[in-house]
Amino acid sequence: MTDLNIVALVSVGAHPTSARPRRAEQDARAVELGLRLAGQNLQLLHAGDPQAEALRGYLGMGLEQLDVLEQPEGADALPLLVDYLQGSRTQLVLTGSQAETGEGSGMLPFLLAERLGWPMVVGLAEVEKVENGVAQVLQALPRGQRRRLKVRLPCVASVDNAAPVARQSAFGPARRGQIEAHEVTVVDDTLLAEASLQPAKPRPKRLKVIKAKTGAERMKAATAKASGGGGQILKDVSPQEGAEAIFKLLIEEGVLR
Amino acid sequence: MSDIIRRDPRAEWIARNRLHPLHASMQKAETSWMGPNGIVRKNPHVIAAGFVGPAGLKRIDRSGAQQGTVGKRSNASVEVQLPLHIIEQPAFHICVVPDMVGGRLSSHDKDLLGLARKLAGDSGAVVAVIFGEDKEGAFDTAGVDRLLRVQGDAFDGYAPEARVLALSAVESQLAPRHWLLPDSRTGGGELGRRLAAKLGERPATRVWQVAGEQAIGRAGSGQQDIQRALPRLILAAAECAEPVSDTRHEVRLLELAEKVAHSLPRVEDLGPVAVDPAQIPMAEAEFILSGGNGVKDWKMFHQAAIALGATEGASRVAVDDGFMPRNRQVGATGTWVTARVYLAVGISGAIQHLQGIGACDKVVAVNMDPGCDMIKRADLSVIGDSAAILAALMERVATWRQEGKRDAA
Repeated sequence: MTDLNIVALVSVGAHPTSARPRRAEQDARAVELGLRLAGQNLQLLHAGDPQAEALRGYLGMGLEQLDVLEQPEGADALPLLVDYLQGSRTQLVLTGSQAETGEGSGMLPFLLAERLGWPMVVGLAEVEKVENGVAQVLQALPRGQRRRLKVRLPCVASVDNAAPVARQSAFGPARRGQIEAHEVTVVDDTLLAEASLQPAKPRPKRLKVIKAKTGAERMKAATAKASGGGGQILKDVSPQEGAEAIFKLLIEEGVLR
Repeated sequence: MSDIIRRDPRAEWIARNRLHPLHASMQKAETSWMGPNGIVRKNPHVIAAGFVGPAGLKRIDRSGAQQGTVGKRSNASVEVQLPLHIIEQPAFHICVVPDMVGGRLSSHDKDLLGLARKLAGDSGAVVAVIFGEDKEGAFDTAGVDRLLRVQGDAFDGYAPEARVLALSAVESQLAPRHWLLPDSRTGGGELGRRLAAKLGERPATRVWQVAGEQAIGRAGSGQQDIQRALPRLILAAAECAEPVSDTRHEVRLLELAEKVAHSLPRVEDLGPVAVDPAQIPMAEAEFILSGGNGVKDWKMFHQAAIALGATEGASRVAVDDGFMPRNRQVGATGTWVTARVYLAVGISGAIQHLQGIGACDKVVAVNMDPGCDMIKRADLSVIGDSAAILAALMERVATWRQEGKRDAA
């Protein structure tokens, strides 16, 4: 555990099936990561309605207080957060990678980093150590891979589904926790004036278009078995030669490390 | 030889005379040809004579695709040259930054180029911005009019900040009408959002349809769609448009006019971390070594997986026989894998198995039977004893690792 000043930005999520408000999955993972790093010193920050019940889900993870920058729905959270964080001594801001309600563009951490002039780390999986204001972290990559990065603090980091799974939210601490509302000036978001939200349409399945001129070609396309077409076949070679060819391909593809 | 078509009266006479001993060899195999006066001539006899099909029955194909009779069929399989789309003076540019996973255009990248092509129409040019080296040979058929290669040590590896600087240099040079990036986890999503923050543009994210001046993308956790006017910066999901398929493009090389501003990276890449391949879920493993009925020495198979750093997989037979756990089964009844390289040892390739590896890029087969279905699917097949080949491969990798250590020291 380190004595970093960590702020986790949390939002109200929506259950994927029932769409009921809940703690957001990725934000909860960010809180979990923050709890592992800073314990009780982790600060929770939310921009929105302090009355939202779902926010208590984060308090139930074992924290006593949650700060809320009060603003109505459809307001822009970015300027408030920039003002708040600029004045604080925060060293690490943890967020999920995208919101579960509203636009959910995933731009907030990037814009926050740009406005604050801080570096940004995507897909934080683990903080290994912090020395002289430089953190050594592991970044989660697709296909279960990890990359080690060195980043100067203060910084903004977003977590995705590779971060540690969030602990359960307990009912008692969730009730007892304090939600502290702060009065701030509200800035409206212009997007919803020109864009419209609608229930998601199922995406059309892509059709396999066969551009065949003749009936014979169409028949061939319809009945052909899966084939790579023109794969190289090495026959009657020594095991060493065969292994060399395979080795070359593995190197070319960069899968040997 | 000159290209002038000359008549050979004697040959024509023999061809007309059915009693001549050379008559058969003088028959034209083609059903139609250009005559000496520029008139297309047809030989209805050849068409009506037909040919013997694979089932031993006489078939007549009047489409002209199947020419002549058996043995006389002229195998003139001409490579179809797609029409070249040339844009000399583009009215505007559409910039695409493909992911280039493994140095090649992914299917997501091709969809994106298809979308860019649609937005560019007849007067615009699609510019692909590529960082570092690539292995792609088919930029022309993917729809790239201009190619801008940004090279330098600063852009190698994970360098999002340097890349964003390069892209903003492209922005000031070309002032493209649209920026298109794949909204993927392999880099495009991050780079696009960084670029959006840098340029101060509000992007449309997870866009799956562009119709006219409207873009539709997923919002929130995918329960809602957001429809809005088409912004300058678009982060498009996979299958956002059809890839380019019926034109060729010139892939003219562009250069950056001025050097990219250099800045000290605040995020430093210390390189990839070794991950235990056995811990990676099979569905997303990058490199899979899969064993089937042809593997006799399973101990060595496991050793080979460790030596290569590959995730282990198995065919149904190997699992049924108890050599591998059930959660390692690849195929329709097991896991559908998406590996970039799939090394199949001793697997003949049942259709269920081939379905399971349908999304794999490169398939390597090691097998005794040169006629099996796996070899037809594979990009590289080695016919021979799997144990010997695996042993040789392990040895080769071991020497390579040692060389690497010596180079590093």
